Amino acid sequence: MSIFVDENTKVIVQGLTGGQGRFHGLRNRDYGTKVVGGVTPGKGGTDVDGIPVFNSVKEAVDATGATASFVSVPPKFAAAAILEAAEGGITFIVCITEGIPAQDEAVTYNRLKQDFPNVRLLGPNCPGIISPGKCNIGITSGDIALPGGPVGIVSRSGTLTYQALHELSQQGIGQTTCVGIGGDPVPGTNFIDCLKAFNDDPETKAVMMIGEIGGSEEENAAEWIKANMTKPVVSYIAGVTAPPGRKMGHAGAIISGSKGTAQAKMDALREAGVHVCQNPTEAGEKMVEIVRAL
Amino acid sequence: MDLFEYQGKQYFARYDIPVSPGDATDSVDEAVAIADRIGYPVVVKAQVKVGGRGKAGGIQLADNAEEVRKHATNILGMDIKGHTVHIIWIERSSDIKKEYYASFTLDRPNKKHLGMLSAQGGVEIEVVAEEDPTAISLLSIDPIKGLDLATAQQWVKDAKLDDEAQAQAAELLVKLYRCYTEGDCDLAEINPLILTPQGNVHALDAKVTLDENASFRHPEWEAFRANETEDPREKMAKEKGLNYIGLDGTVGIIANGAGLAMSTLDVVNQVGGTAANFLDIGGGANADVMAAALEVINADPKVKAIFVNIFGGITRVDEVAKGVLGALEKVTINSPIVLRLDGTNAIEGRAILAPHLNEKLITEPTMLDAARRAVGLANA
Repeated sequence: MSIFVDENTKVIVQGLTGGQGRFHGLRNRDYGTKVVGGVTPGKGGTDVDGIPVFNSVKEAVDATGATASFVSVPPKFAAAAILEAAEGGITFIVCITEGIPAQDEAVTYNRLKQDFPNVRLLGPNCPGIISPGKCNIGITSGDIALPGGPVGIVSRSGTLTYQALHELSQQGIGQTTCVGIGGDPVPGTNFIDCLKAFNDDPETKAVMMIGEIGGSEEENAAEWIKANMTKPVVSYIAGVTAPPGRKMGHAGAIISGSKGTAQAKMDALREAGVHVCQNPTEAGEKMVEIVRAL
Repeated sequence: MDLFEYQGKQYFARYDIPVSPGDATDSVDEAVAIADRIGYPVVVKAQVKVGGRGKAGGIQLADNAEEVRKHATNILGMDIKGHTVHIIWIERSSDIKKEYYASFTLDRPNKKHLGMLSAQGGVEIEVVAEEDPTAISLLSIDPIKGLDLATAQQWVKDAKLDDEAQAQAAELLVKLYRCYTEGDCDLAEINPLILTPQGNVHALDAKVTLDENASFRHPEWEAFRANETEDPREKMAKEKGLNYIGLDGTVGIIANGAGLAMSTLDVVNQVGGTAANFLDIGGGANADVMAAALEVINADPKVKAIFVNIFGGITRVDEVAKGVLGALEKVTINSPIVLRLDGTNAIEGRAILAPHLNEKLITEPTMLDAARRAVGLANA
């Protein structure tokens, strides 16, 4: 099984007529994802390579029965697009947009929690989600993923997500689902949400968790793992050598004081029984070892 | 973007937060003119983006023009923890009855805003936080609801601010919250927030970090950018639109994606090397971006080897390979380049580079191998 999405998930793309939306939306469809519509205000009635475009999310949902949305719109409009998706009846929103102001993210997150508690937001600033062979929403390249499980992947970083998929696929180890939660300060979905879902998924036998410096999501995940996780977890944390006080590309990747360092995160995870590795390659090798011993 | 104190105070003033009258300058003569204009006694304050300037002698009281001249001369050019003072802020000296602390920032675990207020502000606030956490009153604020005056009035009582300060402090906190949210700050901090013997409350310092993602709605931030960084490598990278952070090592790093770039730094460190920089070239690694990246790294005299670490997802590795060759036609690179190319179209990419490989352009199959090679070359 997969988590959050499967082969039946119907997806609309908000921003399908834009450069990025078109490129990735069509790639997702070519992968086999049920991309049933696009949304661009003022362009309703047109189509993108055969995919019908609607003026609003509501119209698109009414016409297609979509439950998921892929938000690929510029930062200025992203918060409004996410709320429109929730208001239009979408229950799973993937937002890849990079560069949304933190204030907008904080308001949007709390608005969703308050008014749409059953809606899950993935991202923003994330690569999206792929359940190999079933559904790909976002910018992950489908050919580096291998269907069939048994590994679930959850990661805060885009390229390190690809690296993880690559390390496993090369060794013939498949993935149930790979979730990129994104590197922004207010992620809609966090490590624990994904770990819970993987823990409950019978086909997922082990989980790879890739974190980075900043915040305390990894520490919280470690606590949750210690108390609840029944499956082996392998982890790698990026940013051991990052200097404090400097943003390392991701808005969330910043060390303030002694909090959020890679060392603190690794210690917490190790203490929770997680196999903590020094680099992505080592993490891949460790996972191969664990899966082969299953 | 971190602001200097004087910029933070200018920003506060936009939101009607009371600050001491003053002005910034980089010249001794102008410092005297400013002091004459605002009236003595004044304080001459070094503008550096690092704490502890008071203890380093970067804050001095002056009663007359002669003293301003003396202190301004001493402080301009002074080195404070590796930061050279280029600008000083001259402000009217304030009598201080009490020092408080106030700040707003994002509470990431709870995904709300966090207000911190203490009746024991001043230079020792971190010690206070450590030894007596109850001395700091925390307020969790729902971003949808915001902070209203009634809540702020209760908050200043809870934080045990002096009775005479409470009314003004509550009003100031509502303004500071507005500055933090509408002004798109990651951090808006006042330490110390002072109560004067005359019963006035105002900001004696300003520590503001702006959220760069919001710059599209703040044209006024342009004025803050002039003195943003003093590292010439970072200035050059910024002009070229690159996401670059200068470090002290000998291995220049180019990677696609922030996570992979961070990871590259780590791996270089693990195999006994030191990174000269963090550089994320993002998704579109074409020849122009690659040339710009190589140029910036090439300008760093400490660099002895360059490690290009690319994992093609959307970025196609054959395009990156063409980019590297295109870049090498545009710029002459002093150090050897070690490439690790993986992911989408990696085989095609390596084939493109194959005829051009030599002792200064090397490929390695994995991230670890490439790191070892680059570090070996840098340490040779």
